[in-house]
Amino acid sequence: MAGTDGIVDVAIVGSGPAGLSAAAHAAAKGMSHVLLEKTDHLSDTIYKYQKGKHVMATPSHLVLRADLDFDAGKREAILDTWNRQLGEAQANVMLNAEVTAIEGAAGDFKLTLKNGRTVRAKAVVMAIGTQGNPNLVRCPVGEGAVVQYQLDDPGEYVDEHIVVIGAGDAGIENAMGLAADPQQGNKVTIVNRSRDFATAKAANVQALLAMEGEGRITVMLETTASAINQGEIVFDTRDGEVRAPCDRVIARMGSAPPRAFVEAACAEFEEREGKRAIKAGTGIAFTSADRVAYPRLTPTFESTVPGIYVIGALAGYPLIKHCMNQGHDVIEFLAGNTSLKPADEPILEEKFADLPGKQSVDEWLALFGRNVVILQELSTLQLRELMLDSDARYFKAGEVIFTRNDPGSSMFAIAQGSVAVEVNPKDPSVTVPIGEGLIFGEVGLISGRRRGATIRAAEPTIALEFSRNAALKLLATAPSAARAVNRISIERQLLQMFGSGLTSEDLEEIVEAAVVEDKRAGEVIIEEGADDKDVFVIRRGSVVVEKSIGGHPVFLNYLPAGSYFGEMAVIDGSKRTATVKSAIKSQVVRFPGDAFNRLLERKPALREKALTDMAARRKLNAFVEERKESFGDAADYHSQTAQFLVDNGIGEATDVLLIDETLCVGCDNCEKACADSHDGLSRLDREAGRTYAHLHVPTSCRHCEHPHCMADCPPNAIKRGPDGEVFIDETCIGCGNCQRNCPYGVIRMDAKPPKKPGLLSWMFLGLGPGPGEASYSWRKKKAEASGKEVPKVAIKCDMCSGIEGGPACVRACPTGAAIRVGPEKFLSVAQIGKVG
Amino acid sequence: MATLAPEKAGRPTDHESFLVHKRFRWLWIAVLLCIAAGVGYAYADVKPRPNGGSWYGYTLGTIALLLIVWLSLLGVRKRAMTEGRWSLKAWTSAHVYLGLSLVVIATLHTGFQLGWNIHTLAYALMMLVIASGLYGITVYAKLPEKLSNNRGEMSKRQMVESLAALDRQLDAAAQPLAREESDRVIAALEQDPFRAGVLARLTNSYPGCRTARALKDFARDHELDAHEQRVAGLLHKRAAQLAQIRRQMQLRALLDVWLYVHIPATVALLGALTAHVVSVFFYW
Ligand SMILES: Cc1cc2nc3c(=O)[nH]c(=O)nc-3n(C[C@H](O)[C@H](O)[C@H](O)COP(=O)(O)OP(=O)(O)OC[C@H]3O[C@@H](n4cnc5c(N)ncnc54)[C@H](O)[C@@H]3O)c2cc1C
Ligand code: HEM
Ligand code: SF4
Ligand code: SF4
Ligand code: SF4
Repeated sequence: MAGTDGIVDVAIVGSGPAGLSAAAHAAAKGMSHVLLEKTDHLSDTIYKYQKGKHVMATPSHLVLRADLDFDAGKREAILDTWNRQLGEAQANVMLNAEVTAIEGAAGDFKLTLKNGRTVRAKAVVMAIGTQGNPNLVRCPVGEGAVVQYQLDDPGEYVDEHIVVIGAGDAGIENAMGLAADPQQGNKVTIVNRSRDFATAKAANVQALLAMEGEGRITVMLETTASAINQGEIVFDTRDGEVRAPCDRVIARMGSAPPRAFVEAACAEFEEREGKRAIKAGTGIAFTSADRVAYPRLTPTFESTVPGIYVIGALAGYPLIKHCMNQGHDVIEFLAGNTSLKPADEPILEEKFADLPGKQSVDEWLALFGRNVVILQELSTLQLRELMLDSDARYFKAGEVIFTRNDPGSSMFAIAQGSVAVEVNPKDPSVTVPIGEGLIFGEVGLISGRRRGATIRAAEPTIALEFSRNAALKLLATAPSAARAVNRISIERQLLQMFGSGLTSEDLEEIVEAAVVEDKRAGEVIIEEGADDKDVFVIRRGSVVVEKSIGGHPVFLNYLPAGSYFGEMAVIDGSKRTATVKSAIKSQVVRFPGDAFNRLLERKPALREKALTDMAARRKLNAFVEERKESFGDAADYHSQTAQFLVDNGIGEATDVLLIDETLCVGCDNCEKACADSHDGLSRLDREAGRTYAHLHVPTSCRHCEHPHCMADCPPNAIKRGPDGEVFIDETCIGCGNCQRNCPYGVIRMDAKPPKKPGLLSWMFLGLGPGPGEASYSWRKKKAEASGKEVPKVAIKCDMCSGIEGGPACVRACPTGAAIRVGPEKFLSVAQIGKVG
Repeated sequence: MATLAPEKAGRPTDHESFLVHKRFRWLWIAVLLCIAAGVGYAYADVKPRPNGGSWYGYTLGTIALLLIVWLSLLGVRKRAMTEGRWSLKAWTSAHVYLGLSLVVIATLHTGFQLGWNIHTLAYALMMLVIASGLYGITVYAKLPEKLSNNRGEMSKRQMVESLAALDRQLDAAAQPLAREESDRVIAALEQDPFRAGVLARLTNSYPGCRTARALKDFARDHELDAHEQRVAGLLHKRAAQLAQIRRQMQLRALLDVWLYVHIPATVALLGALTAHVVSVFFYW
């Protein structure tokens, strides 16, 4: 395998699509190499996909540039092809070769394997993906005891005592899978360290507890394993030590990201606060401390340690095609072909095709990087990646870029030219300029709500539009960009909220003193009766205002992002008259009250506005105070309903389907209409979900302000659409991450069913399954008959975007039970004809 | 007080029931229609006497016919999920009030001349449809709340699953019992709790329920051992779960049963109307 002196040209760590492709290309070029893989098979991440999963080859317009074949198809077929082709290419593979340390320098690296052997290489390609290593059980494990970190097929085990450690979603799903079929005769126990199931989805917890109730699973809380031996496990419980028979332990305690291992490569260490820490400036550096940060790389994928290259998911490219292309490219770079253009070049060319002036992709990228302040810190590689997820658009002078009240979650930057903001909705001639290099639209990005002002191009302008995901990634990877956006956004939010002819100079003092604070759900921000004097602006999330009446908290108001509170005590020097708590996890900006007061003194118009706002709030307080005695039930009812809605995600919703169960006759026409308007699958489960006082929140998307589902989507297929809807586009690869991430369980994975016969043939000829979602058996039979393989993808409510007339569920309800509400209306729904 | 997010324009419908829809818009329209028809009837100078065959009779007849055809189309509207700014609630609201106005319009159309003929059959069928519709809106107004209360937060699937879970527990718990007792439990488990006639469903009475019978038998025995107590407890739970499901089935049946009159009678009405119109024109 090795070159002349036992040293290879390149060691490739990790045999995912990225590493495999690199090894295949190195073999093809006759470069001496070795591919090191931790497990006993190639490509562990894909190996672990569900059996028979349809793997997708997106983005479809990206050409594949690799020595191995890859096309959409079944997991098994793809793995077989790679295994075969890698053998044919005579690539040099070492399995069971987990790299635990990398030392040395370019020209002579030493890689230490877990089994103690070492490998020497002139260069290293890291392609270890982002899966990391599962957290291991910490207690002693005796000889012969079976501990595993993965469960492929729950049907495999019979008549065993099985203990699942860790009650997150993965653990719960494994435990329920093992106990699902009583015929298997497994005795399943699940143990959890804490008392509650904080990290699991409510639906999973409910199902688990139901199975416990039936005596099919044993659940042990506040318990840890203290020893695992052959045939037995010892638990540490609140009541002391407990022993139980145990043939197999399945540990699902999450996994540690591979970052620590990567950072330690070739690093020097020092003592810091008694701990071994990496010396600054050594090892592979990441772009920031943020969870979503990636290693800092040059355009040729070289990390901050010369000679070590990082590609694939670990480099921030989670799609298989990207990974494979990079495997190919990195070997080309190593072989000295530095003029190679990345495979995504044509995509960027097309993106920039409409910009005036014929410039090359590199020239455009250079211009953006130079002109736009928040991009100045980025490497060309990062800029490329950012632009792949973003748009560059040209606007003529006077052209509208976006309009007030447009929904929008993207952020803009001015690459060339300038824009004008119409600050006064009543008089479009009043504008404030934003110049070249600066950003705008960032409020939508931060609060996920509508645009606050109309913006036009003031001259011919090139603006970059960053999708929400791309922008968030940018903020996480470039700290200076994050700081700049933060400051600008605070200032702009204030300008927009207070209006009244303020300028950024007026706000300077207050912005300087502003602090951004994160609040847990339910955290008290202002306490009734206290005499602190700060003013707050809600940046993200929402708050509830309560007043204590006779010892009971009485709900006064609900404020969504973009509102301010706390000004009353500041203006008239009184004590706090109500308690304000965050309804959901929120972010607020805190300003010192005296700075706010000074601002009011300088600006009489603003003072006027604040006083009017305050009067309205006073009235509400007085009203509640006055009716203290008679309030009783009605107020309780009101408070509880509001609390119920907040608990069910309405606090972070932008638009949610509610069903008034005093009107719902259970005809399910809403579900049928949903299915018939969307490829024959319903995105709504009417009956499921919580109900309080006849107000039912069915299982259907809330179109969250900050959609949890978007967090981890490899192809960025989840987007916010023009009407504020959160939707999934056709690039979904069916990985199921979003389904796991949505706390409300509203995403389902299913294959698009074949077409049904039309309504009239059903009515008069009895053909087909009729209106609504066809039964599973009908869909399956039809799909088999058609012989086409249709992949399962994520589907969810898209608020009927693009369908004239709006949401089908509401239109199809004969009784008016189904309604959709946004945060602004949700209070009035909570009052449905009761309080008054 | 604070700058609230702007309201979304043009939501398809507001929060009010189909009966109240747009402040009773269709009720007013229907009432005006009836008054107009009544006034017309009183003042129209028809000789020798008001009659379906007079010019005024034709006018009312045409209006009634068009109304009936339009009312029947609700069945299509409900199932054709086409695009557009329509709402089924508005349709239902108009359906109810315009449907009721037929009582006046069609009756005036007959000129109070009824007999044993195809014309009166059409009239009777129409009144049947309307009467069933009246029942319909009554249950639509009253029962949903009961349906909601009864189901708590359980969906149909959860209820069935909960029953299945109880059954599994019962099956296991009955193993140590004496032959005769365990047979009783098994008999209860074997009985398909959902197979019930229309009447049983509508009245929610299941005299043949073996779970209830088994419970009674256990209750007679005053010295239950631990096994028997456990089984009796589970049977109680099963009975409660069955009761919830059956109540749900009853309410759903009450909400649906009238449609089994309303729709077939509509079909028959359309047939009778065709005959009525054809006979009027051809066999004068
Ligand atoms: C459920 C699921 C479905 C998906 N579906 C698709 C899809 O349909 N289409 C698509 O394009 N993408 C899909 N993805 C994303 C895609 O699978 C990954 O992004 C891709 O596999 C990343 O490739 P990689 O080569 O960078 O790393 P990985 O594929 O993660 O491979 C890393 C390899 O390195 C090994 N390794 C780790 N540490 C060490 C070490 N220290 N020493 C030696 N070896 C080590 C691992 O065992 C593993 O084999 C999906 C992801 C998931 C989770
Ligand atoms: C001659 C007059 C009428 C005709 C021909 C008629 C016909 C119909 C038809 C065809 C349907 C569709 C049923 C379905 O497909 O599910 C329907 C539904 C309905 N009708 Fe009538 N109807 C008439 C009068 C009335 C009246 C007078 C009332 C009320 C007082 C009424 C109340 C309803 C209601 C509540 C529905 C159910 C709506 C739903 O759940 O979707 N109808 N009618
Ligand atoms: S799918 Fe879930 S997380 Fe995503 S927007 Fe809808 S409710 Fe929120
Ligand atoms: S939409 Fe969901 S299932 Fe589809 S790729 Fe994104 S995270 Fe995976
Ligand atoms: S369409 Fe309306 S009445 Fe029918 S099930 Fe849905 S919400 Fe209930």
